[in-house]
Amino acid sequence: MTENRFDHLRLDQVSRRFGGRAALEALDLSIAGGEFVALLGPSGCGKSTALNCLAGLLPLSGGSIWLDDRRIDTLPPEKRGFGMVFQNYALFPHLSVRRNVGFGLRMRRVSREETRRRVDEALRMVQLQQYADRLPGQLSGGQQQRVAIARAIVLEPPLVLMDEPLSNLDAALRLEMRTEIRRLHQSLGLTTVYVTHDQEEALSLADRLVILREGVVQQVGTPEELYRGPVNAYVAGFMGYRNLLPVQTDGGQGAVRVTAPGLAVTGTAREAVAGGPAVAAIRPEDFVVTDTGDNLISVDVEVVEYHGREQAVQGRLKGGQVIRLRSVDRLAPGDAVTVAVPADKLLVFAADADALAAAEAAAGGRSASPAAAPAGAAT
Amino acid sequence: MTSALAEATPERLALRHRLAERGIDRVLLLLLPGVAFVVALFLYPFLYGLGLSFQPKQGGGPFANYQRFFAEPYLRDTIWITLRLGLPAALINVLASVPIAYRMRGPVRGKRLITTILVVPITLGTVLTAEGIIQYFGPAGWFNKVLRALHLTDGAVPLIQNYWGVLFSLIISGFPFAFLLTTSYLSGIDPSLEKAASVLGAGWWQRFRHITFPLLSPGLAMTFCLTFVLAFSVFPSAILVGDPSRTTHVISIAAVHASNEQYDYSMGSTIAMIMAVVMLIVIAIVLTWRGRMYRGATGGKG
Repeated sequence: MTENRFDHLRLDQVSRRFGGRAALEALDLSIAGGEFVALLGPSGCGKSTALNCLAGLLPLSGGSIWLDDRRIDTLPPEKRGFGMVFQNYALFPHLSVRRNVGFGLRMRRVSREETRRRVDEALRMVQLQQYADRLPGQLSGGQQQRVAIARAIVLEPPLVLMDEPLSNLDAALRLEMRTEIRRLHQSLGLTTVYVTHDQEEALSLADRLVILREGVVQQVGTPEELYRGPVNAYVAGFMGYRNLLPVQTDGGQGAVRVTAPGLAVTGTAREAVAGGPAVAAIRPEDFVVTDTGDNLISVDVEVVEYHGREQAVQGRLKGGQVIRLRSVDRLAPGDAVTVAVPADKLLVFAADADALAAAEAAAGGRSASPAAAPAGAAT
Repeated sequence: MTSALAEATPERLALRHRLAERGIDRVLLLLLPGVAFVVALFLYPFLYGLGLSFQPKQGGGPFANYQRFFAEPYLRDTIWITLRLGLPAALINVLASVPIAYRMRGPVRGKRLITTILVVPITLGTVLTAEGIIQYFGPAGWFNKVLRALHLTDGAVPLIQNYWGVLFSLIISGFPFAFLLTTSYLSGIDPSLEKAASVLGAGWWQRFRHITFPLLSPGLAMTFCLTFVLAFSVFPSAILVGDPSRTTHVISIAAVHASNEQYDYSMGSTIAMIMAVVMLIVIAIVLTWRGRMYRGATGGKG
């Protein structure tokens, strides 16, 4: 086990082109041994490409990958000794659960007794002992996922790669498996790189997040850092700022005044913003329904969803822009309400047409649920 | 249509629903032309031939033809001669198509061109293929000329008018089928399975041996059966590039000889029936072996 430990996995200017298009551009990333890193972004942002490059399934177009002082990007996948969990699990359909999990050990010519012991151990860890002799086709989706995880961790690999492993599961199972993955990481301490488009998954699992956009890293940091301080409108869109409004500003840094038709409020600029068009980012839950105070905004309520303790509300500004908020006060469609947002919760970023479009698309795709789901483009 | 729907009385169920309750779907009527075709063009002639085979021309019991077939070495040996051509041809076709199809499964430069070249022999027809074989492998053909030029032989290696000519012809005409079938079976195997195997430490040979081949073998068994059936009923090439009275006196030649030259339709039918039984035995053996393999989905989700 100890010989598989390493101090640093370093991606140095890793790039990958398909045809003329760069799927991954000069990715620099250092991952410490034992860390859980999530690559987050919408489909096509290069996160899966990065993972496949790490696994050796895709050759690099440029750059190098280092495990401590050993260069590994020149090795074929079978020589890297990593574990990988695929989105569709990729279980061998003709082999029993036991033989699936033991496949890697068999390839490494581990003795029969040793294989048996370690496979039993891995199956116990994912609570599938009683299914050892079944074929994958006889298992449910969640069980197949556990087999895939057991198969990846049984080798105690220096690095475990997970490619959207939960995206094929239903919501309840996804939560359960998420906890399971976190628990396994805590007990085994295997360095993990996890690819997802789901911000909640990334925030809850990872020690560190990497946000990618069209092959370029936008921000790297702990979940807390990214959640509190997204560096641009794109990252904000991923971190739950579901309201990304095109506004006008005088420019500056810190407290800045932003205006739009039906909107005149003070916000906080996270980056130096030039005067002119900008983006205001607000989380639905940061609005307070009130008549008094600063930063008041008038909203016409259009759609209300009951979510128990609070409501998810979609409304419009007087200028016609859609706004999503959460409210503990009971509102009804047709209500005209005034809401306030604290100036430090209204972030102002440089104008970013793509981020706005992405936010709009994500909102459109989730119109059934005005303010409930976290942002993040569906695959 | 819409007006008919509007006029339908709501109390009475539509005819379709009443039939459906009895387990009858009107769409099943579409089967009728197909069934009529099979009955008229296959089932009836087959049963007629079967009946004919039990009415020997020379008299004797109903099994007299069958007894004669197995008593006369010249007739009996056709089974062995045909198997000796059909089995190797089918095996070679399957074995040759696997590596090529395996190599061609990903994005390969010029894939379409290569596939076209490999599949073209299907369109040529047996006679043209036989003509080509005679020209190419004949005593004055390029092949022997090259061998002589390389001083590998003084005379000519006999490759036509014997077993080898027929075998070549069967391989040339059977390979495209085997290749197309194998390619389609192979494309049904989720490529992520091989990726998973390679990450788990399997080199290309281990990936093929432990993952791809086991998942492909049921398909290969079917491919083998189909190419074998094609090869076992060999007729034109056995005459054109073979030695039809001796070493390539295949079973279909015997059947045609009996019915079209001796006008013994009964004996011809008997030989055709024996031919069918031999094919069925081979297919049964192969499918029994296949039955022991994994035959479920070959997608990633298992």
